This record gives sequence, structure tokens and C-alpha cells, in this order.
Amino acid sequence: MRTRNKLLHCALALAIGTALSGPFTANAMDASDAPDLITIDSLTNLYGPVEFDHAMHADLADCALCHHHTTGIPAQDPNCLRCHATSGEADTVACADCHTADRFNKDYLESLDDPMLYHVDKPGLKGAYHINCIGCHVEVGAPSGCQDCHVMNDSGQQMFKTGDYAPDPQDHNNGGH
Amino acid sequence: MKKTVSRRAFLKGGLAGTVAATTLLNSKSSEAAGSFEGYPEGMGVLVDLTRCVGCRSCEAACNLEQGLPEPAKPFDDYSVFDEIKHGEKRRTDETRYTVVNSYDVPGMEHPLFRKVQCNHCQEPACLTSCFVNAYTKTPEGAVIYNSKVCVGCRTCMVACPFYIPTFKYSSAFDPKIMKCIFCYDTRLKDGLPPACVEACPQEALTFGKRSDMIEAGRQRIKMNPDKYVDHIYGEHEVGGTAWMYLSSAPFDKVGFDTHVPKEPILNSVKDFLSIVPMVLTIWPGLFVGFHLLATRKDAAKKIEEEKKEVKS
Repeated sequence: MRTRNKLLHCALALAIGTALSGPFTANAMDASDAPDLITIDSLTNLYGPVEFDHAMHADLADCALCHHHTTGIPAQDPNCLRCHATSGEADTVACADCHTADRFNKDYLESLDDPMLYHVDKPGLKGAYHINCIGCHVEVGAPSGCQDCHVMNDSGQQMFKTGDYAPDPQDHNNGGH
Repeated sequence: MKKTVSRRAFLKGGLAGTVAATTLLNSKSSEAAGSFEGYPEGMGVLVDLTRCVGCRSCEAACNLEQGLPEPAKPFDDYSVFDEIKHGEKRRTDETRYTVVNSYDVPGMEHPLFRKVQCNHCQEPACLTSCFVNAYTKTPEGAVIYNSKVCVGCRTCMVACPFYIPTFKYSSAFDPKIMKCIFCYDTRLKDGLPPACVEACPQEALTFGKRSDMIEAGRQRIKMNPDKYVDHIYGEHEVGGTAWMYLSSAPFDKVGFDTHVPKEPILNSVKDFLSIVPMVLTIWPGLFVGFHLLATRKDAAKKIEEEKKEVKS
């Protein structure tokens, strides 16, 4: 009875899966599957959220440029291709699901000791965003200053001693050491 | 028959005696001081100059975490990269444990940025030069400093091959050495990364076990042989440091001292220094003994003469 139920479930899942993937994008996601605008708010302790225009960026580049092998489109990085040339669409394509926000957490660092794991040097979420975004932005001449993407909020200004918290030049005008 | 001992032979004998005593008494401890490969579980940071964009977030985070004085310019002011003092770029001092400097490398479109802070040597010269043991290399990898025992001699500042320890000259009543301590008190001892690493948006600073950081560095070089210079600065320099660097330009072009020895600074003076305490403790006794032996007959004669004088 149990096995029969399981089989039924599998068949149902397969049917739905086939129905969802269109005839031309067999086994691969499409940019239209993703929201047009994505709010990135993982650094809101220092900066305002970033409204990321996913639709615009999807027009400019292949999915694989940012999403590696996860969308089912072959990866561009030869390192990824060593294992993922035919691995198909992943369960998730969201950056945060693979790139951990707590990159240097003790438990996470210990989990990297697994000899079967090739992703030992995988950047955390913040690193992944910035390395990917800034790398490309510099290359194509798009804005690449910190505050071109996210404007510093009050606590950010406090940490960077800028804006309302900027040092008074008079205090540091003694010219000595 | 009288045997005369020349001054040279006398000194030679003394030296031989000292060396023999040193070897006999000190064989165990000198063996232990042979080489220290570092704590196996020590943490480290891999700094990838190709990733750094010079945002100075690490400087801001350090200032906040360590409660350092207000900077002269905001941390988002990039004119600091043009500052030159005494012909040198910015360096760490009592108000800043870390600075980022910019380097224009010929043939490169963008400048490279190099972060400066304590490299937390495996066998630190500051520690070995300190005669009151104010420095400690913790098993977590940090080189920390205890101001309570420091006498302010500043030998560590001379000993450090990277010019990192600085002196708090501004305080007449609480002068002390100021340097990066790997955020040991507030973070590292609890297994957390230092504040600068956490603040870095580009993950130009990668934190992990030192041995893993070497692996990661090698992997990056292997995967991108055209991008990186085939060298991890700090893997072997001065016997190894906890903070290590990858660069796309030759290291001497981006402010690194490539002439530092590949072994701990201590090794250049260890043999000499191990004899110093022996010389100081054994030689006085030894030579006083020689002197007494050599003058024994004279002294005995003198006493006899004195006795004779008293009798007569």
C-alpha cells in the first residue's frame, strides 16, 4: 500500500514537472521564471536595500554567468564544468541558498573539512554578490562605487565616520604626527 | 717545576667550560627551542589583492571594534590613498591597527590595494625579543600583548620585520604598544572572524584554519595561473605568518618586503642568545675560582709571613 502511494506520488511529480518545463526549455529554467525585481536587503545594518532589476540584467547576460550551473544552462566557468556539465537544473537557483550569509561561522568552517567537498573556497553571500556584481560592472563600465548601488544609512555613517558623523577638520589640523 | 698559563689558554679553557656546561645543563631546553611549526589548529586569513576594491570597510570596522580614536578623515574618503609621509604610504599607528594602501602597477588598468596589519607570525620576532614576556602567541593564532607587564622598552618595534607594533606616545601616563591583536579578546577566542574580515564586502579577506588558507591559496593560483603570481606571501616568510597574501603583481611592486628571511627572525640570533645567560651566570664564578686557585699560594704565603711577624 505504502509503495503504491509512493509510486503514485512520483508519477504525479513527474507529470507536473514535464508540464511545467516548456517544450523549448526542456530541463532548464528561463529568466521569465524569476521575479523582475529582487530586493537585496542582507546589509541593511549599514546600507539601504538594493532594488536589483533582474529582468534588465537577464537581457544583458546569460543566466549561467551569475547562476553557474544551477539553471540547467551549461556553466561558463571551466571549474564548474568539471562536475556540472550535465547535472541539469538545481533544486534552487537563489544565491542565498548556496552562498551562506554566515561564511566564517565555526560550524560552517568545520563542515568544509569534508574531503568529498570541492566547494571549500565558495564565497559567502556578501562575497558572491560583490565579486560577481563589481567584477562585471568594472569590466563593462557600469557604476562600481559603493554608494552607486546601496546608499549608506545612519548606522553606516556612524561606522564610516562620515556624513553627520564626519570628523571636524579643525580637530586634526595640528600638522604634527 | 712551574707551569705557566697564558692569558689566551686561560680564556679558552673558560669558554670551553662554559660551552660544556651549557650543553650538559641545557640540552633538553635547546632541543625544544629548535623549531616551532606553529599551533596546528591556528587560524589564519588569506588576503587576495586581486579582490580588494579599496573600500576601506575593514579600516572602519577595526576602528569601531577596537574603540580607536576618531580618524582625521572619514573612512569613505579615498583621498587618503594619495597621502605620503616621509616618502612612505600610510602605515599603522596608535590610532589605526590597519590601513589599506593603493599601488599603481605598470601595465595594469586598475590599482591594486594592499591591507596592512599585524601578520601574526608563527614565531613572532616581537615575542622573542621581549624580555618581560609581554607577548603571547595564542593557540588560535593571534599574537597578543599585555600592557601590564610591558616596561616600554620598544625592542619589539625594532624586532618586527613588518614595522607593526607602534607606541602610544600621545599618552604620558598610559603609554603602551598598539597593534592589531586579531580581535582576540572580542572575537577570535570565541571562534569568530576578526571585524575587518566580517566587514569585507569582496571576501578579499578569507578566514579559516591557516592550513586550509594555504590550500585555498594554492587552489586559486592553480585555477587561475594567469591571474596570480605563483606565491603565497606569508606561507614561509619569517617562518610563516597567520595572515597570508595572494597578488596579481610581483609582491615587491605592491609594498611587500620580499627580502625578509624564510625562517623566523629568532633563528638569526638564537645560537648567540642561548649562550648569553650561561656566560653571565657561569663565567663570574668560574673565573673567580680560577683567580682564587691561582693566588692560593700567594695568599698562604702572606698569611704565614703575617704569622711570623706577629711571633717575632
